[in-house]
Amino acid sequence: MWVLSGLCLTAGSAFVLIGGIGLLRMPSLYTRLHAASLTDTLGTLLMLAGIIIQAGFTLAAIKLFAIAVFLLLTGPTAAYALANAALLSGSVPQARLLDDPEP
Amino acid sequence: MELLGLYNYWVFAVLLMVGFYAVIAKTNMIKKLLGLSIFQGAVFLLYITMDKVEGGTAPIIQKGVDAVYSNPLPQVLILTAIVVGISTTALGLALVVRIFEAYGTIEEDETQRLDLEE
Amino acid sequence: MTIVFGIFLLTLLVVVAIGIVRAENLFTAVMLTGIFSLLMAANFFVLDAADVALTEAAVGAGISTVLLLGGLALVPGRERSRERLHRLALAVVALTTLMVVYATFEKPRLGDPDAPVHQHVAPWYLEMTPELVDIPNVVTAVLGTFRGYDTLGEVIVVFTAGLGVLFLLGLPGVIGERNVDDLAVGRSYLGHHLVPQVVGTLLIPFILLFALYVQFHGEYGPGGGFQAGAIFAAGMVLHSLIAGEKESLMVISPRMLVLLMAGGALLFGGVGILTMLLGGNFLDYNVLAENPVAGQQWGILIIELGVGLSVTGVLLAIYHAFAARSR
Repeated sequence: MWVLSGLCLTAGSAFVLIGGIGLLRMPSLYTRLHAASLTDTLGTLLMLAGIIIQAGFTLAAIKLFAIAVFLLLTGPTAAYALANAALLSGSVPQARLLDDPEP
Repeated sequence: MELLGLYNYWVFAVLLMVGFYAVIAKTNMIKKLLGLSIFQGAVFLLYITMDKVEGGTAPIIQKGVDAVYSNPLPQVLILTAIVVGISTTALGLALVVRIFEAYGTIEEDETQRLDLEE
Repeated sequence: MTIVFGIFLLTLLVVVAIGIVRAENLFTAVMLTGIFSLLMAANFFVLDAADVALTEAAVGAGISTVLLLGGLALVPGRERSRERLHRLALAVVALTTLMVVYATFEKPRLGDPDAPVHQHVAPWYLEMTPELVDIPNVVTAVLGTFRGYDTLGEVIVVFTAGLGVLFLLGLPGVIGERNVDDLAVGRSYLGHHLVPQVVGTLLIPFILLFALYVQFHGEYGPGGGFQAGAIFAAGMVLHSLIAGEKESLMVISPRMLVLLMAGGALLFGGVGILTMLLGGNFLDYNVLAENPVAGQQWGILIIELGVGLSVTGVLLAIYHAFAARSR
């Protein structure tokens, strides 16, 4: 059981780390948003799953589950709101590969 | 290893001075307000650092368990201080909005210049 | 291991603080302030201060960011980086940092149980709370009973700040010439967009319910009036962002906000006067019931309610004063 929980926690932190690297390395706003929001939601859900496995079947586990549901709802909404605000303020997603010459 | 126990206080000193620098050296009024809130945050850190007891837990007494508790008194003081801090920030922000509407700028040197010109 | 985590959090705090000072775009600086508050809350939790961490997260990272953004919408958003007396300020700051660091060598180490701060009153509070007040959360007991005057003063300070902001900026329908009906409906708000509207309307009842839970659970765990007021105000601010300013001012009207502000402070002072009328001193809860311990618990419950109402009213009134201000 501890092995499973440790695996979840490690996988979750690896996802968040990858998201952070993607945030720094991606070229434009939309790609960064894609990297940050997806990995953050999944990473935190995995970490919460790891802690729930460790907590067993107690009140604390139910509270953690409620937090996980809350994060599942609000993470993608925040990403949507951010992308929407970016679109409204004028920056348009560019469909261009990194190696293409500048248009 | 002993010096590691002092790290909190050093961070407090650095944060205090970073906030203070923002208050005295920056001319933008909102920057000054943000510096003030950093200053307040540093003071909170000092008080809460002082209340930790080695091996203690949060001061919520569980019946029948004999545990070491951290000191509750600085926590009470900082609880009220946080809310007072946000009230002060909100009031300062309202003043900045009115200054902007009256002077057209929120840079302090420009408001002083406009005052001297009248 | 906790030490490493604590040191990491503290270093991150310093980095974020320097980032706030150096950011030229004020929007970036406000966002970094939100991150600063959240890191502070994490730090407080590592240092065993659960109530304070909850308050800092709710008030500092939640409400404070919203209020700063509301104010930022009304002023220009970039700082013109001209720093006066740049070198003199740096010299003064560096010198003072060195002096404070030198002074910290005299301080007791982190977690030292023999430090003077743990000696006189604190063990008395920890011992006497199960006897005199009999609630598990010692911080709420100290806040409500042993240091009740401080809390009364603090509620009055919050009320005064709300009054000050209302006098400076005005609120439609209460102070100032405009009415709620005059507010422009066509402002851009999140209600146009489906995803935030659905998720927001789904979440708002739970946020308000959680605020009530925190309010009444303050005696048994971390919680209390301040946190509950901030969370309730945050839920209503979310509603205002989704439904628009005019709608949300019709849900909780401005007069209701002023009533909440004043009513909370009045409730707190009223309990004090009631105890005087019942024969005890001001804010002496022992006379509120037959059993002094039950009287203490009743007293704490009512004043926490007063604090929660007042903080809700003030934070919401300040938010609406900023948001309804015409540009």
